[in-house]
Amino acid sequence: MTARSHWWQLLSEPRSLLGVVLVGLVVVAALLGPTLYPYGPDTPDFLATLAAPSAAHPLGTDDLGRDVLARILYGARISLMVGLGSVVAAFVLGAPIGLVAGYAGGWTDGVLMRCMDVLLAFPGILLALGITAALGASLPVTVAAIALVNLPVLARIARGQALALRTLDFVTAERALGFGGATILCRSILPNALSPLLVQASVLLASSIITESYLSFLGLGVQPPTPSWGNMLHDAVGFLDQAVWLACFPGMAIFLTVLGFNLLGDGLRDRLDARDR
Amino acid sequence: MTLLLQAQGLHKSFALPGGRRLLAVDGVDLQVERGETLAIVGESGCGKSTLGRLLLRLQEPEAGRIALDGADTHALRGTALRAMRRRMQMVFQDPFSSLDPRQRVRDALIRPMLLHRLRDRSAAAREAAVLMERVGLAPAQLALFPHQFSGGQRQRVAIARALSVEPSLIVCDEPVSALDVSVQAQVVNLLQDLQRDTSVALIFISHDLAVVRHLAHRVAVMYAGRIVETGPAADLFASPAHPYTRALLAAVPRLTRRPPAPLVTGEPPDMSSAPPGCRFASRCPQVQAVCREGAAPPLRPVATDHASACLFADMLPAWPVTTPSPALKPIDRRIAAYRQSRDQERTGARS
Amino acid sequence: MRMVSFRLLSLLPVLFGICLLSFVLLALVPGDPVTAMLGLEADPAAIVALRAKYALDDPLPLRFLAWFGHVLTGDLGRSIQTGRPVLATVAAALVPTLQLGAAATIVSLLIAIPAGIVAAARRNGAADFIASFIALCGLSLPSFWLGILLILGFSIALPLLPSSGYAPFLSAPGAAFAHLVLPAITLGAAMAAATMRMTRAAMIEVLSADYIRTARAKGMPRGRVVWHHALRNALLPVTTLVGLQMGQLLGGVVITESVFSWPGIGKLTVDAIFARDYPVVQGSILVTATLFVLINLVTDLLYTVLDPRLRPRR
Repeated sequence: MTARSHWWQLLSEPRSLLGVVLVGLVVVAALLGPTLYPYGPDTPDFLATLAAPSAAHPLGTDDLGRDVLARILYGARISLMVGLGSVVAAFVLGAPIGLVAGYAGGWTDGVLMRCMDVLLAFPGILLALGITAALGASLPVTVAAIALVNLPVLARIARGQALALRTLDFVTAERALGFGGATILCRSILPNALSPLLVQASVLLASSIITESYLSFLGLGVQPPTPSWGNMLHDAVGFLDQAVWLACFPGMAIFLTVLGFNLLGDGLRDRLDARDR
Repeated sequence: MTLLLQAQGLHKSFALPGGRRLLAVDGVDLQVERGETLAIVGESGCGKSTLGRLLLRLQEPEAGRIALDGADTHALRGTALRAMRRRMQMVFQDPFSSLDPRQRVRDALIRPMLLHRLRDRSAAAREAAVLMERVGLAPAQLALFPHQFSGGQRQRVAIARALSVEPSLIVCDEPVSALDVSVQAQVVNLLQDLQRDTSVALIFISHDLAVVRHLAHRVAVMYAGRIVETGPAADLFASPAHPYTRALLAAVPRLTRRPPAPLVTGEPPDMSSAPPGCRFASRCPQVQAVCREGAAPPLRPVATDHASACLFADMLPAWPVTTPSPALKPIDRRIAAYRQSRDQERTGARS
Repeated sequence: MRMVSFRLLSLLPVLFGICLLSFVLLALVPGDPVTAMLGLEADPAAIVALRAKYALDDPLPLRFLAWFGHVLTGDLGRSIQTGRPVLATVAAALVPTLQLGAAATIVSLLIAIPAGIVAAARRNGAADFIASFIALCGLSLPSFWLGILLILGFSIALPLLPSSGYAPFLSAPGAAFAHLVLPAITLGAAMAAATMRMTRAAMIEVLSADYIRTARAKGMPRGRVVWHHALRNALLPVTTLVGLQMGQLLGGVVITESVFSWPGIGKLTVDAIFARDYPVVQGSILVTATLFVLINLVTDLLYTVLDPRLRPRR
């Protein structure tokens, strides 16, 4: 089966199709929304504070009169940036650690995996909170904190793959041919280990977006006035009895985005299992 | 001298869960001359695959010395290690896992040449095409991935890959065991032709004496981690000097009416707690009390260039000689005719 | 027994690493910890004493050893806000958290296990499709949003349940329960989603096993097969998952407690971060991570006890 038929199958299954659609919507919203939509995320309008959804403001306005839809579109950018940034960073750092640990074995493996175990010993949010407490809350710190939470997960999977692959004959053949460890890791082990890593990466994307929203909701993530779906909900709590829409739409946005990535991840995993069988 | 590879006193054991150790190779000596084919024969679990990997330093022996052209291969590092690797290559048993599924055949053949700086890129590409033809495949297939080939074809690719670095020795670890019988003969013939053309030495590891019969110059029979008999192929097949060798030969199917009665039954010993004395004692039809005592018997010469580890090698019963009777049955004549035509066709053989 | 002690021993490097990481994190905080702890107009002698006690003038490794020594004796410092010992503060905050955790676990198991069984038994049918989709939605739902929606629904729109606060169980069980409902559902929902998926997967794997087919072929009624044979074997990985989830709870409570102002360890941590009460932050992170590791260890050991295949051979 060629790679092209994999992607086609991804679209043919209803659940993963839904996932692709949702993720596609979010990506388009993030890329084009803020530029195409007339209202800015930070423009206050004190004449129209806490306005219910209407023709002028499709999703209403908040307590400073800022258009909710504009903030949600901009928040999409933030969520995707944090999500992608933290997952990519975790992948770039974690996959090599795991692959080297699994391939080398012995002391290297023990030491590296103990370090990963220490990181895994903290429940995700707690680790992110700790790092935020230490370094102060801001967008880059949030990305770094979530990356550190994701890193050991990817490292473990990479290690498992390397352990399995290094016993295969073609890896031994590469050694017999005279190739060194680094070359073998890059050319033989990594390409064959990618699939489960990518599946996990898509799942981590979903959880990273949720974690960012948690941190921002607590006030320890993306700081105002930059709109993040999480901190929008933080502000909404104070106005629950007056402006229900402030609580509904950002939450809906998070939900649909994360659902999309989860569906996508599930679909990828199913494709992977089917191909391996 | 023409002595290419010499190994002495090789020992290798593996740790088992629970603290015990599994003895895989126990005091093995062997040598291979240039352009010669040495067959190492034994049943599964006797340690022959481990031995092959030890010779190539893909695993480290716990004791013993391996010398390539007289130079010890032990302490080699870096460039010297890579140079040694170039001279000794391996073809593996499982054609499905010995090629990188994500690498095109072309890259599998070219990269080793580039690594050892044997050729530049364009010359390597040309040589890859030549190699494909040598092993009986089409150069157009260079762009394909391993999963697009059959098992026999993949073994040919693996052989081409081993040849790409122009080695002096190729260790073939049961290269045909995973292939259909009809394909086995083709691959074995290919190896023979390659040896004739390039004078590469072969160490052919197998559990099947029939396969080895026409290919090997010398044979070493291995049992439970030790070599129990070694000698020129013709001598070994004609007058085997160890009960285990006899058992193996008796098991080779032949075109007679009656299947031969098995000379030995049972299982090899548990190598995590090896019994004293000769390891074959528990299954040997000629076993004596002294066989179970002391250390495992060493190889002793029984004829010129022919050694056996049996304490009673010269007292074994006469081995039946199987010369074909002149009055060939019709089936024998047909088979002889087929063989003749096949040999003539060999130059145009396809996979 | 040997395996237990082996596992405990292999924990030690991890526990040490937790302490190291906790120390490093808070050592990164800019500013002078003593001024933070005592205030700017503190008595100079007290400042000197404090600096000596925590070896604050020594290089970092010695500071770590001094701090680590104190930790081993149970001294996690004093809260800057209240002056009370950190360990006592954290321990006191654990009680409401454990209550919430237990309630959430019960809620999640009550939902997840039946749902998972039904979904597996009617695999690929309508019930399975709906249940699986709901589970996936549950996983994708940010729990604080669920909490907010529940507050909207049951505290504001229909003023049935309180939206915040806590009542001690022993003195006012009714009020305690009322306060517990919404947070427990919020926290339990995400757990339920993951547990349901795992139960379904485990049941499917078990139901397709040969010994199940044999039981059916022998004429055993379907319900009995599911209950007697399948469930017990499927519960094995589920037990592991529940154990892991209980560990994950320690992270999930952070959010839920903040939404509902539940005075547990999560709220303590967050409040302490805002108040820059670093000893409390450090202490609560340390305790939480240690608990997490211990819970996972117990889960692992429980798993080996339950699964006869994993018991070490004599």
